[in-house]
Amino acid sequence: MTKLEAIIQPSRLEPVKESLREIGVNGMTISEVRGHGRQKGHTEVYRGSEYTVDLLPKVKIEMVLPDRQVESVVATIIKNAKTGKIGDGKIFLSKIDEAIRIRNEERGESAL
Amino acid sequence: MRRSVVLLVLGLLVALLWTAYPAFGQAATPPGPQVGLPMATPDSQARLSQLEQQVAEAKSSGDNAWMLVSSALVLLMTGPGLALFYGGLVRRKNVLATMMQSFTLMALVTLIWAVVGYSLAFSTGNRIIGGLGYLFLRGVGAAPDADYAATIPQQTFMMFQLMFAIITPALITGAFAERMKFSAMVLFMTLWSILVYAPMAHMVWGKGGLLNVSGGAVPALDFAGGTVVHITSGVSALVCALYMGKRLGYPHEPMPPHSVVLSFVGACLLWVGWFGFNAGSALSAGSLATSAFVATHFGAAAAAIGWAGAEWIRNGKPSVLGAISGAVAGLVAITPASGFVAPMPALIIGLAAGIICFLMVAKVKGKFGYDDSLDAFGVHGAGGTVGALLTGVFASMVVNPVFKGAQGSSLPVGLVDGNGRQILNQFIAVAVAWALAIVGSLIILKVVDALVGLRVRGEHEVQGLDVALHGEEGYYFEV
Repeated sequence: MTKLEAIIQPSRLEPVKESLREIGVNGMTISEVRGHGRQKGHTEVYRGSEYTVDLLPKVKIEMVLPDRQVESVVATIIKNAKTGKIGDGKIFLSKIDEAIRIRNEERGESAL
Repeated sequence: MRRSVVLLVLGLLVALLWTAYPAFGQAATPPGPQVGLPMATPDSQARLSQLEQQVAEAKSSGDNAWMLVSSALVLLMTGPGLALFYGGLVRRKNVLATMMQSFTLMALVTLIWAVVGYSLAFSTGNRIIGGLGYLFLRGVGAAPDADYAATIPQQTFMMFQLMFAIITPALITGAFAERMKFSAMVLFMTLWSILVYAPMAHMVWGKGGLLNVSGGAVPALDFAGGTVVHITSGVSALVCALYMGKRLGYPHEPMPPHSVVLSFVGACLLWVGWFGFNAGSALSAGSLATSAFVATHFGAAAAAIGWAGAEWIRNGKPSVLGAISGAVAGLVAITPASGFVAPMPALIIGLAAGIICFLMVAKVKGKFGYDDSLDAFGVHGAGGTVGALLTGVFASMVVNPVFKGAQGSSLPVGLVDGNGRQILNQFIAVAVAWALAIVGSLIILKVVDALVGLRVRGEHEVQGLDVALHGEEGYYFEV
């Protein structure tokens, strides 16, 4: 099993979600986060006081997948989240030891 | 390049308004046709006096209707107007505490006013402060007080003035936002209402007051409270900010407004309420109220453009906060002038206030480094001073023949009429207001500091005053 964390532009969430549903992904967790990579922030001015906002709003998608599904999901996210500009985000993959469904204590891939 | 073009255009606009000014003065109303009356017989005499009484009653009920509405409009300026305006400007953790300060003053000042405040401001006293004749509102009833407003019940006048006494201290709260103890605020404002507001109101508006426009030793023009409301509050705000010191983390930690949306709604309510403030200060529903209404609106509009325009030139973007702050600055500056100036000078006063207050807030404050958190001084102190002085320039006898000669003829009022001396009187009134605000506030701060302490504990300031002082949160989002 693989955990996929994708941090993307908030405006790309809908197309990513839609296309993942089309290829049969049926579970994900989404959170609104703030952060920055190489993208620079912007400046806000309130009555002459300048504030640099360098942590920008992003959306984080988390899901745990059977290994065989990973590459197609990665490709789908890239296809739909890419605008080609700095700030499009990143995808991280990591190995998952175990998954447990709380309702019936199923384990392994069948719990996903 | 762009900057110089804009400056040029602004300059031309001002020059145009200046040269156009005399043409825009309001023409005096021509006297109505004389109605020939038949020879008086005892019967017609009685009929005539009956008619006269009915006319007076009709006028009184018209004036009273407008004054009651105006009083309500001025209350609307404090809550929700100012509460929203200030509430949006603070950080999220202090929104309730900030709104609570304005709201508390709506109740607290009412009690003070009922017991002693109105008496100290408006009963007969000496040149500086009123007496105790109206203590507990004794004798303040349905009968008009002709010294103030001959056509409305004195109770209406008392209520209208109360709303001014409420918003004035509420304006100060912007300077010490996010760090003052609630108990200290209550004590400070109680003393301030009695020791600073009441004498200033008496000197300018009270019978026998030092600066009273009709009969004072130094007749100063202050139609709706440039000195009484805005200079006293703005300058006291500066004293508070200096005395109490900066908020923890200022200016290194970012402290942007938590909701410009709230401030926007508040500023728009202030604008609307200000029609009651200024046009209501005519104390009647006639053409003077209209003239003040026009000047008020024009001042606000020009200042919104002045501030946002100055910001556009300096920062490259006109901001929403700039536009609404400008409107408030313009309303402040036009307040003393509103019943004395024609529409075109109102535009000039507004434009000047918008640009000057922007520079005060964006440049001067940063240079001196004081933490006037919500710019009570930058907007009300500076705008009030600009307005009070420019009133001496633009006040016109065509708009309001406030000075009368021996035979009842109108005398020149402001510099535009040829009465240059009035600027000196305005300057004296400004100086008196500044001095009273500085000395009074400083003494009260020292007393309150000694009795209860002014500032909240550091950990409370970090936690936020909503939770620390009131046990509530403004925004309770469910997890």
